[in-house]
Amino acid sequence: MSKGYLKEQFIKYLLFFCALSSVLFLAGIIWVLFREGLPVFSHVSLLEFISGRDWYPYWHPPDFGILPLISASLVVTTGAMVIAVPIGLFSAIFIAFILPLKLKKIVKPITELLASIPSVIFGLFGMQILAPVLRDLFNLPSGFNALNAMIMLGIMALPTIISLSEDALTAVPEPYREASLALGSTRWEAISKVIIPAALSGIATAVILGLGRAIGETMVVLMVAGGAAVMPTDIFRAVKPMTATIAAEMGETSVGSPHYHSLFGIGIVLFFITLLFNIIADYFTQKFQSMVGGES
Amino acid sequence: MKMLKILFLVFSLVLFFAGSALGGDSITIQGSTTVNPVSQITAEAFMDQYPHINISIRGGGSGTGLAALVDDAVELAQSSRFIREDEVRRAVENGVYPVPHRIAMDGIAVVVHPDNPVNELTLDELQAIFSAEITCWSELGGPNQEITIVSRDSASGTFGVFNDIVLRDRRLAPTALTQASNAAISTTVAETPGGIGYVGLGYLSERLQAVFVDGVKPDNTTVSSGEYPIARPLFFFTNGWPEGSVASYISFVLSPAGQELIEQQGFVPLH
Repeated sequence: MSKGYLKEQFIKYLLFFCALSSVLFLAGIIWVLFREGLPVFSHVSLLEFISGRDWYPYWHPPDFGILPLISASLVVTTGAMVIAVPIGLFSAIFIAFILPLKLKKIVKPITELLASIPSVIFGLFGMQILAPVLRDLFNLPSGFNALNAMIMLGIMALPTIISLSEDALTAVPEPYREASLALGSTRWEAISKVIIPAALSGIATAVILGLGRAIGETMVVLMVAGGAAVMPTDIFRAVKPMTATIAAEMGETSVGSPHYHSLFGIGIVLFFITLLFNIIADYFTQKFQSMVGGES
Repeated sequence: MKMLKILFLVFSLVLFFAGSALGGDSITIQGSTTVNPVSQITAEAFMDQYPHINISIRGGGSGTGLAALVDDAVELAQSSRFIREDEVRRAVENGVYPVPHRIAMDGIAVVVHPDNPVNELTLDELQAIFSAEITCWSELGGPNQEITIVSRDSASGTFGVFNDIVLRDRRLAPTALTQASNAAISTTVAETPGGIGYVGLGYLSERLQAVFVDGVKPDNTTVSSGEYPIARPLFFFTNGWPEGSVASYISFVLSPAGQELIEQQGFVPLH
C-alpha cells in the first residue's frame, strides 16, 4: 500500500464523516424535539392541542390550545406572500428581460444582499419606525400587530423570491421567446403568455421557499406582532405566531413542566408544516427541471 | 506494622478534611427565578469576603426549590411565595423543619402613558381592566380611547405576582400584548397613548406614569410598610434554624451591605 493511497483513503473518510455529521445533527434535533414534545399529549389530546382556542399554559387547570398560534403563523405568512409575491415576481421579470445585462450583474447581487441583513435589524426597524407610522396612519391603539409582521416578513422574503424566480425565468429556453415573437406577439405577450407559464413551477418553488422562510422566522414576529394569543380576525390587531410563543416562553418556564413540553409540542407542529413546504417545493423543482430540460 | 498505622492515620485525616470541605463550606440554593438576581449578587459579594465558602444557585421556580428542601437536597430554598401547608406536612414527614427568612420585598408598579389623566385605580378596577371587562378609558374618567393591555409573558415571576394579587380568579385577556422584559413593557407603554402595563419598581422613569393603587403611591416606603398592595415578600427557607456558613450567608443578606445590593437590583430592602 502506497502512502498516496492511504492519504486518499483518509481524505475520503474525513469527507464522509463531515457529510454524515449533518445527518446526525438532524436526527439528534428530531429525537430531542419528539422526546421533549410528545409528553404534552398526556395532558391534552392531539386534537385538543391543535384545535383548542385558549392558550393559558400557566392557569390551573391549564389550557393548551394552539389554534390561535397556528392561525397567526399562517395568516401572517400569507399576508407576507401577498406583499412579496407581486413585488418579487415583477422585479424578477424586470431583471430578467428588461434590464441590460451589464446592470443586471449589479442589481441582482444587490437584491440578494437584502437576505444578509440579520433579522433582528428588521425587527428593530419594525418596532421603532414602522410601528409608530402604522399607529398614526390607521389611527390604531398600537402599531404592534399582524400587518406590521406581514410587511416585515414580506420584505425579508423578497430576495428569495426575486432570485429564484429570476433563475426560473431565464432558464426558459430562448427558442420559446423567439418563436412567440416571430408569431407576432409583443414583448409583454411573450413574457406573460409564454415564458411565465413555462416557468410557473420554478416560480412556485421560489414562492414556497419564501413561505418557508417567513413561517420559521422568529425574531421579527417576536418583536413586532404584539404577542396576543387570539384568533387573527383583524390584521390591525396583535397576534402571537408559533415561533414567537416558543421564543418568549421557553426561557421562563420550568424544565419538565407541562408548559415546557407544550412548547416543544408547538415545535413539532412547526416542524411538520415546514417539512410539508419543503416537500412541495421539491416536487415543483423536479417538475420544472423535467419540463424545461425535456423539451429544449 | 508501623507502616500500616501511618497509612491509616493519613487516610483518616484525608477523609476528615475532605468531609469538612464538602459538607461544611458549600451552599446550594434552588428555587424562584424572581429571587435569582438577589441570591446571585449577594452570593458573589459574600464569596469575595469568605473565599472558602462556595455558593451555587439554581433556578427552577419556587415549587422546585421547596421540593428540593423537603427532600433535604439543598441547604436553602429561594421562594417568591410562602411555603404551602402540604409542603410543610411532607417536610415534617421527612424530618425536615422549614424555617422562613424574609430577605427583601418585591413591588410592582402599574404604569400608564404620561398623558393619561387617569392616575388612580383600585385593585378591582385593575382586575376589570386586565381581564378586559373594562375596555375603554372613558369608563374610568379618562378620554374616549381604547385600553391597550401590555403584560409580561405568562411564565415570568412578575406575571405570577400580578396574577395572584390583581387578576386573582380571572384570566388575563388574551388580547393583551405580551413583552418579554420590564424594559420592553416600559418602551411599549411609553409609546402607546392608551397603554397600561406593570413593571418592577426599579424600572419607573419619567417616560411612564405610575398610578396610585387603592390610593397608595408605589415607592420603597409604601412597599416596605405593606401599604402598597401589589407587593410580596421574598423568602429563603432553611432546614431548621441556620448554622455555620448558611447562617453567616443569611446574616450577610440581611446586613445593610446586603440590603443595599438588593436595592441595586430593583427590589425593595427590608430596612
